[in-house]
Amino acid sequence: MSEHRTTPPSGTGDRDRATAPSGRPGLSLGKDAAAGTVSADLPPDAGVALSTPAPLDGRGSPAAGPSGHGTSRGLGLHGSVGRNLGLVLALVLLCVVGAVTGGERFASIDNALTILRLAAVLGVLCIGMTFVITAGGIDLSVGSVLGLATVWASTLATQTMARDTHWIVMVGVALAVGVACGLINGILIAYGKIVGFMATLAMMVGARGLAEIIANRKTQVVSVPEFLDFFRASVLGVPVLVWMFVLVSVGGWVLLNRTTFGRRTVAVGGNPEAARLAGIKVRRHTMYLYALSGLTAGIAGIMMLARTTAGSSTNGQLYELDAIAAVVVGGTLLAGGRGTIVGTVLGVLIFTTLTNVFTQNNMSTSAQAVVKGVIIVAAVLIQQRFATRSRTT
Amino acid sequence: MVTVDPPSAAEPLLQMRSIVKQFPGARALDGVDLDILPGEVHCLLGQNGAGKSTLIKVLAGAHQPDEGQILVRGEAVTIPHPVAALDLGIATMYQELDVVDGLSVAENVYLGHELASAGFSRRRAAVRRTRELLARLGHPGISPTRDVGSLSAAGKQIVSMARALSRDASVIVMDEPSAVLDSEEVENLFRVVRELTSAGVAIVYISHRLEEIRAIGDRITVLKDGRTVAQNLAVSDTPTPELIRLMTGRTVEQVFPPSTPLASDAEVLLAVEGLGLAGVFADVSLDVRAGEVVGLAGLVGSGRSEILETVYGARRATAGSVRVAGQRTRPGSVGSAVDAGIGLAPEERKSQGLLLDEPVYRNVTLSTFARFARGGMLAEGEERAAAQQQAAALDLRPSDVDRPARTLSGGNQQKVMLARWLVHGCRVLLLDEPTRGVDVGARAEIYALVRRLADDGAAVVVVSSEIDEVLGMSDRVLVISEGTVVYTGPADSIDEHGVLALVMEGRAA
Repeated sequence: MSEHRTTPPSGTGDRDRATAPSGRPGLSLGKDAAAGTVSADLPPDAGVALSTPAPLDGRGSPAAGPSGHGTSRGLGLHGSVGRNLGLVLALVLLCVVGAVTGGERFASIDNALTILRLAAVLGVLCIGMTFVITAGGIDLSVGSVLGLATVWASTLATQTMARDTHWIVMVGVALAVGVACGLINGILIAYGKIVGFMATLAMMVGARGLAEIIANRKTQVVSVPEFLDFFRASVLGVPVLVWMFVLVSVGGWVLLNRTTFGRRTVAVGGNPEAARLAGIKVRRHTMYLYALSGLTAGIAGIMMLARTTAGSSTNGQLYELDAIAAVVVGGTLLAGGRGTIVGTVLGVLIFTTLTNVFTQNNMSTSAQAVVKGVIIVAAVLIQQRFATRSRTT
Repeated sequence: MVTVDPPSAAEPLLQMRSIVKQFPGARALDGVDLDILPGEVHCLLGQNGAGKSTLIKVLAGAHQPDEGQILVRGEAVTIPHPVAALDLGIATMYQELDVVDGLSVAENVYLGHELASAGFSRRRAAVRRTRELLARLGHPGISPTRDVGSLSAAGKQIVSMARALSRDASVIVMDEPSAVLDSEEVENLFRVVRELTSAGVAIVYISHRLEEIRAIGDRITVLKDGRTVAQNLAVSDTPTPELIRLMTGRTVEQVFPPSTPLASDAEVLLAVEGLGLAGVFADVSLDVRAGEVVGLAGLVGSGRSEILETVYGARRATAGSVRVAGQRTRPGSVGSAVDAGIGLAPEERKSQGLLLDEPVYRNVTLSTFARFARGGMLAEGEERAAAQQQAAALDLRPSDVDRPARTLSGGNQQKVMLARWLVHGCRVLLLDEPTRGVDVGARAEIYALVRRLADDGAAVVVVSSEIDEVLGMSDRVLVISEGTVVYTGPADSIDEHGVLALVMEGRAA
């Protein structure tokens, strides 16, 4: 897999992520948009309002077991304000660095929209991933499923049908591919009792292979103008892709924090046995969660298809790792039981802005990778520190 | 502070002087004194939160005291890390068994101090010595090469003990060693403890069960709110009410509430007929009427807990049927049982019952949040109100339903479980070890609560490994042995000895 990253990609996926806005054909960006306010528009995290700080009294401590475990898990929701604040600060800091080093090139509405547009695909993927990880699972297949969705939605047959009928056919195909792959993952994990890591690893390899077979390793250019016109347009000066990211994020936030589906997700991740004994259908819910992750991979596939104007089996390569990193940096517990959509959105924005700053300063993708690694470790370390402090004060 | 000087002039093996441990926001230890003599069983008593666990973590080198002094054989020492504790001859057996399931018995015993020469592990020597240790502990039947994961909880505890012995410990701290054992295994534990003490090893013994302390203990130190409130009490001279008074700061009268006579026309809420689970238990039938508390007594491994779990649908019955108010539930379906109005408070509250980091009210509504919701959208206000109502009714302390469940004491966590089913409207309550991890003062409260729920029309089934508890709580008992019901009758027509005799007899048959 690593060869794909080091050799120049034949498809458009990787290049697209690393390049700055200038040379993209057919882009019409609105100049008057209030960019960069996506995260601020989101409603505050539910945990803020619902929980009060828990003082560590004598009764809590002896039962908490080995202390390291207790501190990392014991935070509950009340730390989410501070955690998200930390992420916002990191993002602001990154923007300052970008503005100082890049000047006008960075601090422009054009560039802000570019960052958001680049963040959109990964971001949508991350919303589904947030649910899976909150429930204590993992989905390694999202990047491959995204790639397969772009390929399947842009085959000659699909595109012909889309031209004859309506471009929505392409959307339907991509979503169906995503949900089907997610359902297969979910059924294998929930009813076949295969560990999530392995089932989705198999899907990651398998879906990528299937995409290569279907595309015959060629890039399939999208030639349905209506499809491109719709998804590459701007509404109120903001690209449709960014609106899709906003909609999926808000939808995800509501789903996680305000619905029974979200409550089940947290319960399954927090203590699956307790959830089962309380009468929650844990296996069925697990299946739904992976189907949801497949659905967001399908949506991200449509967005990728629109952004790159081509379906390719190399689309979305290694996105699964970026997605997991962004979700965890955002504050969702890898062990399950706590998830935050706001954090995830901030995590995605941090990573994308970082890429943008590096690209503008002509630094190599290799250097970017090193810094990303450092950031992931730093973010997790800082959060652990923060978790310890807020638990005990 | 009550201090009784020991009559013997033996020099203390271990002394702790005015130990203080401050955690941010809480003073876990606020001046603890402890004197351990060689060859004694020193019992450490105190309610949950009194500081016992923190104290033994200080002894084990897991926590550093902020103030105070530790002396081993008269010399001041510091215990900066767990290995230092072992080097000083202090071994700790934690409440949560700290064995590694994937390794063999011998590998577990020598974990952290593997026998090796020139970097190669001496596996045969480890196996041989482990065999000797196990024989000394009275369990020559456990093979040193066996996978620890395949052992029972009692077997794992023996491994844990063998590990302490392998370190040539002179002080062994046992944190609730009997919590996972049945009475026969507890007898074996006591035998081992006596053998160790006769060889000069001192045991620090922590248990909630006063009868065990009576059976094995020499002296008692009582902790309350992080302080030593009584030190070196002779077990034989200290009456139980006095101990409870020291631990709780108040006197506890009659613990079990009187049972209320059952109305002759009380409805049969739970009817279990010929229930069986292949290889575990067979042909269990019982009827529980509204207002009745039925107890299941038996040893660990007799199938009591499995019977409850099967009635609840958490295990799929291979024979028989369960009816709630005449309506049959689907075997192997928790959802069907819950819908019919059965609620289970499981044995392991923390791992099977609660979402520890979630607020209390969400734990209370874990089975009902979908019912409160409208069109899939949560109604958290109504959930919180329902939880608050139950918190008031059950006298939950603290009553704040927004606190994480983790911060509640054992007894109050149990109330959260009860509240869950009361909000659901369950009329059949299955309680598995309702007082495990609940301190003595709060137990009476749980007993009274269960009786009150029954008086309000619930049908309750109780399982407990403490026979006097089952007998005291119940109107009627079933004695289970080896997966069969060997006795059914009123609780007041049989005593603890009678139950034990039946259990033994059942084993022989």
